Amino acid sequence: MEKLILRRVDRNNEEMLLNFGPQHPSTHGVLNFLVETDGEVMKRAIPDIGYLHRSLEKIGEMVGYPGFMPYTDRIDYVAAMFANEGYALAVERLLKIEAPPRAQYLRAISCELCRIASHLVSVGTMATDIGAVTPLLHAIRERETVNDLIEALCGARLTYNYHRIGGVAYDLPAGWSDRALRFLDHFDTLIQEWDRLISFNEIYVRRLASVAVITREDAIDYGLVGPNLRGSGVDWDLRRDAPYGAYRDFAFAVPVAHGYRGTEGDCFDRYYVRVQEMAESAKIVRQALEKIPAGEITAKVPRKPKPEPGEAQSRVESARGEMAYYVVSDGTERAWRVRARTGSFLAMGIIEKVSRGLMVADLVALIASLDVVAPETDR
Amino acid sequence: MDKTAFAFPKKSTARLLVAATLAVALGLPGALFAGVLFLTPLTQRPMLDALVRDQLGRDPATWGGTQLVYALAFVVTAFVLFNFGAIFGGIFSWLERRVAGRMQSRIGPNRVGAAGFLQWLADAVKLLFKEDLVPADADSLLFRIAPYFVVTGFALTLVALPFGESLILADLGVGIFYISAVTALVVVGILLCGWASNSKWALFGGMRSAAQVVSYEIPAGLAIMTPVLMAGTLSMQGIIRAQGGWPWEWFLFRNPAALVAFFIFFTAQLAEGNRTPFDLPEAESELVAGYMTEYSGFRFALFFLVEWGNLWVMAAVAVTLFLGGWQIPGLGAAQWAAWRGASGFPPALWWVMQLVSLLWFSLKTLTLVGVIMWIRWTLPRIRVDQMMNLCWKYLVPAAFACFLFTLLWQLLVGTAPGVEVVTGVVLFVLGVVVLALFARQTRQNIALVAGDKVDFSNW
Repeated sequence: MEKLILRRVDRNNEEMLLNFGPQHPSTHGVLNFLVETDGEVMKRAIPDIGYLHRSLEKIGEMVGYPGFMPYTDRIDYVAAMFANEGYALAVERLLKIEAPPRAQYLRAISCELCRIASHLVSVGTMATDIGAVTPLLHAIRERETVNDLIEALCGARLTYNYHRIGGVAYDLPAGWSDRALRFLDHFDTLIQEWDRLISFNEIYVRRLASVAVITREDAIDYGLVGPNLRGSGVDWDLRRDAPYGAYRDFAFAVPVAHGYRGTEGDCFDRYYVRVQEMAESAKIVRQALEKIPAGEITAKVPRKPKPEPGEAQSRVESARGEMAYYVVSDGTERAWRVRARTGSFLAMGIIEKVSRGLMVADLVALIASLDVVAPETDR
Repeated sequence: MDKTAFAFPKKSTARLLVAATLAVALGLPGALFAGVLFLTPLTQRPMLDALVRDQLGRDPATWGGTQLVYALAFVVTAFVLFNFGAIFGGIFSWLERRVAGRMQSRIGPNRVGAAGFLQWLADAVKLLFKEDLVPADADSLLFRIAPYFVVTGFALTLVALPFGESLILADLGVGIFYISAVTALVVVGILLCGWASNSKWALFGGMRSAAQVVSYEIPAGLAIMTPVLMAGTLSMQGIIRAQGGWPWEWFLFRNPAALVAFFIFFTAQLAEGNRTPFDLPEAESELVAGYMTEYSGFRFALFFLVEWGNLWVMAAVAVTLFLGGWQIPGLGAAQWAAWRGASGFPPALWWVMQLVSLLWFSLKTLTLVGVIMWIRWTLPRIRVDQMMNLCWKYLVPAAFACFLFTLLWQLLVGTAPGVEVVTGVVLFVLGVVVLALFARQTRQNIALVAGDKVDFSNW
């Protein structure tokens, strides 16, 4: 049977059809793009998703409520903490409980560290996609330190499984705060170094500025979220505008791009919003470590929770933007439906529109600037 | 930890390893340098004639074996020179990976031999054993011969490349013209393999390469005209002889246009050698591996051999044209002639000085190779339209302006020779100041991120 997506390709014209993926160095996982090109200029790029579909939402209906937590890690393994948090929040709402304050702070600390780790991967791979390999290695080096911190906190470096329904799994280990603060001090100078090394490199800026512009209206119409939305000049961040958990207690800025170097909504804007967000995340971690209250780290939750029939949803500001969970209970110990709404899937939608008339090299920049992570797209 | 689980290598093994590595690391380049040092002057025709006359006791003009001696000498020299390119290409592949590792806060290859020096040999052996795969839909013949065009284009440049005062295989009257002409063969090979692979990525790479190399030949050719006008000759040795040993006697500083022309030429060379920021033909994040996507085994190794071997050629040509070549400070042509003595076999001191000039030239060349590597691991890649813009809108007009300026400059120098000395000293001092400022800025940048760490424990 012919693949449905191929029916969308116009076979009767002069353009060359290029399979950009699924095994390609710059597709950030197994993504495929059907690219119609006329030489170096693309007519359009059609995203072809589904190569990494693992039926995670269906699994959510088969295992119990607490049992699904490790699976959420796999929804977005570059920023697993947010997937944990979103699911925990949704089930807590279903059970009508709330995590204790200390747990909420621990969630904020772990999530913001995870945001730093995720954005480091994003900006690092972006530099590599533009052809500069060295910045990636520098970013990965710093991410290792973040991973060490998170490992000390929860024992895992990638798929954390740290959050629990009603709290978190472990308290801060002894001496952890000092270690984290040492890293944060170091990290502030690193962002300056990063700017000198790559952000304001003339070639880099020229490759990204005014390329693949997404207007404010398009960003809203296509449902872009998170840094991609703010990169198009829309000032919207759930942590500030619909605060959850401990975020009410922190003072932080929300970086919004209005054309740092080129047009509003270009690749450089989306890139640089992320660089600035890392600095803001570092601020949040600092404040959280300072203000963290003493107390319990989990609420009282039965071993096999059976929420009353009903539905609940949660939204968290993930590294890739707004991540929403929708959980329906039928009164048994298994969810009747679990649904995750993710940023990368939404970002994939706009690629076909923006890619028209770009060059092949710009497609790479566009994918990298949208920070598309394949498992999050397909789940 | 269970100490029996992991046994450190015995001390003697490590020592043997270091000895073996040192033997290869010093022996191979040493043998190559010695080969170049002795073979290039000895295979010149007067020297061979003298050999036939003095050692074999025959008259070179009438003895039939003379032609055989000529042929033998050229075969041996060609062998040594090609190996010079190939082995330095291999060593550069190791060096580049170590340099990249240092710049990227990682170690780089350090397993095979001491400091990983033998890695390039291991890689070459591995690639030799790999299957030589020809895709089913590829144009088999063109696919197979394409790498040899690339290798030929590279190997032929070594013929006219100077190594020292008398160390050049053929000091052609059209030396620099010959070099830029044979370098163009490389693009034929790349275009062939892009087309013959029957792969869309390879085609993209081949087309990009053709556009890039052909375009950048023009600013490179125009920039070459500046030193050629200043020297009044196309011969590589002639261009070097027109310069001096001291930096202010180099063409780079003697003429403001030459300074500009040097940067144009260097940029164009990076583009012709497919080096970052002009590595578009093999841009791995866009085109997978560009024109060599479908290649494997030995043919794949040939592309990389040429890529790294070209580093030496690129740097050596730039050193020849702008940086004074092998000229040793304070030594004039008269001094060289005095050491050479009358005809016949040159005395030992002359050979020693040839070696010094060879090492001096290599030092300059290797420094420039370091700069090329440094650029590669620092800069991102430009886009194909920007690459064209840069060439046609900026480099070509600028190179042409340099050419015209140099014409007028030479008229001025003809009437007032002192102006060259003044410009040389002033520009040299400016260059030193710029370098000092750059070094200071770098030190400040390093201090800002809590210093640099050098860790030899895992070297």
